[in-house]
Amino acid sequence: MSTAAHTLAPLAYVLQLADTALVLGQRNAEWCGHGPALEEDIALANNSLDLIGQARMLYSLAALQAGPQASEDSLAYWRGPEAFRNYTMVELPHHGPMAPSARQDRDFATTMVRNFLFSNLMVGVWAQLEPSPDAQLAAIAAKAIKETRYHLRHAHDWVVRMGDGTDTSHARAQAALDHLMPYTQEFWRPSAAEQSAMDFGIGLDLGALQAPWQQQLTATLDLAQLQASPATGFVSGGKNGIHSEHLSYLLGDMQSLARAHPQAVW
Amino acid sequence: MNPIASLQPVHKGSAIDPHKVPQPHQAQTDATAEAIWAVLSPLTDPEIPVVSLRDMGILRDVRRVGSQWQVVITPTYSGCPAMGQIEDDVRQALLDSGHNAQVVTQLAPAWTTDWMTAQAHDQLRAYGIAPPCASATATDQHSLRFVRALAPTSVACPRCASTQTTEVSHFGSTACKALFKCLACLEPFDHFKPH
Repeated sequence: MSTAAHTLAPLAYVLQLADTALVLGQRNAEWCGHGPALEEDIALANNSLDLIGQARMLYSLAALQAGPQASEDSLAYWRGPEAFRNYTMVELPHHGPMAPSARQDRDFATTMVRNFLFSNLMVGVWAQLEPSPDAQLAAIAAKAIKETRYHLRHAHDWVVRMGDGTDTSHARAQAALDHLMPYTQEFWRPSAAEQSAMDFGIGLDLGALQAPWQQQLTATLDLAQLQASPATGFVSGGKNGIHSEHLSYLLGDMQSLARAHPQAVW
Repeated sequence: MNPIASLQPVHKGSAIDPHKVPQPHQAQTDATAEAIWAVLSPLTDPEIPVVSLRDMGILRDVRRVGSQWQVVITPTYSGCPAMGQIEDDVRQALLDSGHNAQVVTQLAPAWTTDWMTAQAHDQLRAYGIAPPCASATATDQHSLRFVRALAPTSVACPRCASTQTTEVSHFGSTACKALFKCLACLEPFDHFKPH
């Protein structure tokens, strides 16, 4: 057996990946039963299934490092919002900064623009982690990248369809972009976990991610006839544990059953 | 000692063991392996009950590690809800046949529809599901970004074999399928996505 030193991804970084996948999976699952068309209802449920599947694999990997008491369930259900390290963007609700009526609580344009901006990022991240010296993380990346490419295609199609659609769909897609673009700044500012992941040499290279991400953004927005809004102003800090007010409600919804019935199996 | 290999995954349905340990094959162990393969061969995918786990490429290996027999399965999609059932089915079949073997879920190499056998393709078609075309993985490897034709080139209708078909939705009734429509016979059908 090899005696070479093995490089393991830092626990905090694996948790950042896991929390991000879980929170967006939970958020997008809110469309289940409420999709604008049956096909999209199913599409978003499938998208969540992939993300939650990725989160399960990542939490299982994290649990190996996190100690004998840790399990994928304990990490998902028994940590509070202050412990979560997901990007702020993925915890935001499906509407812009102001939703004047309950009907607008779920804005499909916001959902799809977010999925586009996020999966565009993750395709690059998983590609960097696929040849990672951490063999278990590399195995997860190899599975996740296929699913994430598919999510990117799906979201790309919708961004183009809405942007290049009716006046209403265009306006809503542009508004979603204006709302979400500032949150992409968080993608490029390393968290402590990402910094240590880069120091450990597990494959992540944040600096190399932005150019191809920008290139894809430009290509898609050109087709969609949308204008990239400036990504300026306040830089969100979800991956450092500084969250918006929305995360605790999402976790409350997700964790209440497990916490009310600890040890329940079904 | 490899620190990763020494860590045994602890959760049902989520074991991570990318290290495939090749074992020397002896006549005696071969016979046991064959017997285990024979027991597991009739098992089918719960979502597609006409295709066996073996033909789906989910059942990867039967191997001996030390004194322990292991059956290696691999998940299709990360979140495929059938995997728990598949693992239970395999475990039950082993138990019923008196084989003391462990079920190990292995992630790497990642499952691809290219592993599905020709028989699986025929069975899918007969069941009304258009089988996957060659996986796009090889061509996608270095081009992360797409700006390319989005739908697969030609998916033949499983009913009338016409290639005049169109994709209705990227996602179908399960994670592994997309929804198509035949423009010749006008019937909708599922397409097993190349993955």
